[in-house]
Amino acid sequence: MLWIAWKMLVGNRVKYLGIVFGVIFAAVLIAQQASIFCGLMSLTVSQIRDVEGPGIWVMNSNVQYVDDIKPLADTELFRVKSVPGVEWAVRFYKGIARARLQEGSYEQLILLGLDDATFVGAPSGVFLGSIADLRKPDAVIMDDAGYKRIWPGEPYRLGRTFEMNDRRAVVVGLTKANRTFQSFPIVYTRYSQAVLFAPPERKVLSFVLAEAAPGQNAAEVCRRIEERTGLQALTRSQFIWKTISYYMQKTGIPINFGITVFLGFLVGTAIAGQTFYLFTVENIRQFGALKAMGTSNWTILLMVLAQGAQVGVVGYGLGVGLAAIFGWIVKGATRLSFFMPWQVLAITAAAVFVIVLVASLLSIRKVLVVDPAIVFRG
Amino acid sequence: MSAVHTGDLPADEVAIRVRGITKEFGSGGAITKALRGVDLDVSYGELLMLIGPSGCGKTTLVSIVAGTLEPTAGDVVVFGKDLVAMRPGGKVAFRRENVGFVFQAYNLLPALTAAENAAVPLIIAGWPRRRAVEAAADVLDQLGMGDRLANLPSELSGGQQQRVAIARALVHEPRLLVCDEPTSALDAENGRITMELIQRIAVQPGRAVIVVTHDSRVYSFADRIASMEDGRIDAVTSGLHHPGDA
Repeated sequence: MLWIAWKMLVGNRVKYLGIVFGVIFAAVLIAQQASIFCGLMSLTVSQIRDVEGPGIWVMNSNVQYVDDIKPLADTELFRVKSVPGVEWAVRFYKGIARARLQEGSYEQLILLGLDDATFVGAPSGVFLGSIADLRKPDAVIMDDAGYKRIWPGEPYRLGRTFEMNDRRAVVVGLTKANRTFQSFPIVYTRYSQAVLFAPPERKVLSFVLAEAAPGQNAAEVCRRIEERTGLQALTRSQFIWKTISYYMQKTGIPINFGITVFLGFLVGTAIAGQTFYLFTVENIRQFGALKAMGTSNWTILLMVLAQGAQVGVVGYGLGVGLAAIFGWIVKGATRLSFFMPWQVLAITAAAVFVIVLVASLLSIRKVLVVDPAIVFRG
Repeated sequence: MSAVHTGDLPADEVAIRVRGITKEFGSGGAITKALRGVDLDVSYGELLMLIGPSGCGKTTLVSIVAGTLEPTAGDVVVFGKDLVAMRPGGKVAFRRENVGFVFQAYNLLPALTAAENAAVPLIIAGWPRRRAVEAAADVLDQLGMGDRLANLPSELSGGQQQRVAIARALVHEPRLLVCDEPTSALDAENGRITMELIQRIAVQPGRAVIVVTHDSRVYSFADRIASMEDGRIDAVTSGLHHPGDA
């Protein structure tokens, strides 16, 4: 009987395509907008993800997200080091600096200062020059996207200079780095150099990066750090989610995307539901004939649900497929952020399931109450 | 009760026995009485025609006999089964196993080929699709449709569609064949062919055929003709002496 249901469904091409289109529309919009949202959220935490190595970030207790810098006294480093379970801890500077280029123009930069001795937090994607070159005077390593932004159309060349805080900075390396939310160029330098490039402040230490000793639970070590220093200590994963939570709660980004996703859901439900209902109404005599010939209501129910499921699977597959292709194209051609984790696929699947269920329920009632004697009416 | 009935046949000869059937539609002051007490017997191997003006209750009666409609009162026994007492699920199974339908509007599934349409009752009965279609193809072949098995209904003429509908009604060898205006959409020649097919294939010992019709051209195919008027059977005559001959 499911075969008959399938033939009935695809036999009416126009209606079938209409129903599938509704589901595709919803799936594309939901998956695409959710993926752009995830892409934006991933930008907000790109600097945390780029700092590989340390599992613990220690910061001022009032810090709400990664760009919310509330400087610490340098002595906090030693207090963190003294907490039992801390294997090592180093300084990390993060701030916004203003670069004055040779042409006289200015550019905002994200300035990251790495521990002078260990370079903990150094980028792993250096493709021109080397991390060790940071030991040279005035040395900085710049991300390639920043280089292209400052010197558009020019070939990569080491030794280029610019000024920050009236001090010369020399590009000694180029690295791949994840794009940031602000899209500013990123420059890495030694901590001692960074505080010279940065505007003068009494306190300059942004974060203490630490690692739990082998066998120690990082979350437990964080709790201990907080207890003993009064600072805020988060595991890398906790800091990522804290930052994302901040953007979710304090900005209009989720609402804007949420509205689009919801509209996609509504329109998809309306198109698919209405077309599926019309399809059922159009076939009501056929369903009546099947009932007259001895098809049970239970089988009819399964037939309608199978039709809905078929539409759902095809619509979902094509919808997320199109959304993925869209993401793949725009990610390569534009600066649009697009990130499609499995959760987006799951959410889209759940939404499509609801759309198909609503569409099916509208139709199910119609076919279940149809009197098989309808077939005797002319 | 003013019903005219066919006379009490011996129980072992009666395929269908209807007694005192009434059917009302609507409620309160808007009640329509479609049947006002109908008695009717149909014997095994008989082709009975129900005739009468539109709205006289023919379709309602045949729907009740086929088990697709509940009577308001009365008894309906078909092949020894009391349809009135039967639960809805049992009635569905009864129809599946015992009743074949030929509808006025054919009601073929437009997306299925002729062979697939004719196979539907077997598929409903749980046959594997391939076997069901093969069996349906054999029946269609008997009906002269062997070269149209793969055609969709939209590719067939009205007469050909009606033959597919007849094949569908007969493929599972039902004991009761119910035909609702089977020739009304056909020209005289196709109407005659259709009735010949029904008579040749469906009228068999152990089976019964009820044909609802307005078409006086096919009255001669009936063994008996029950004439209805205003929810009652007015007269039952032999097919050779039907009202149309008067």
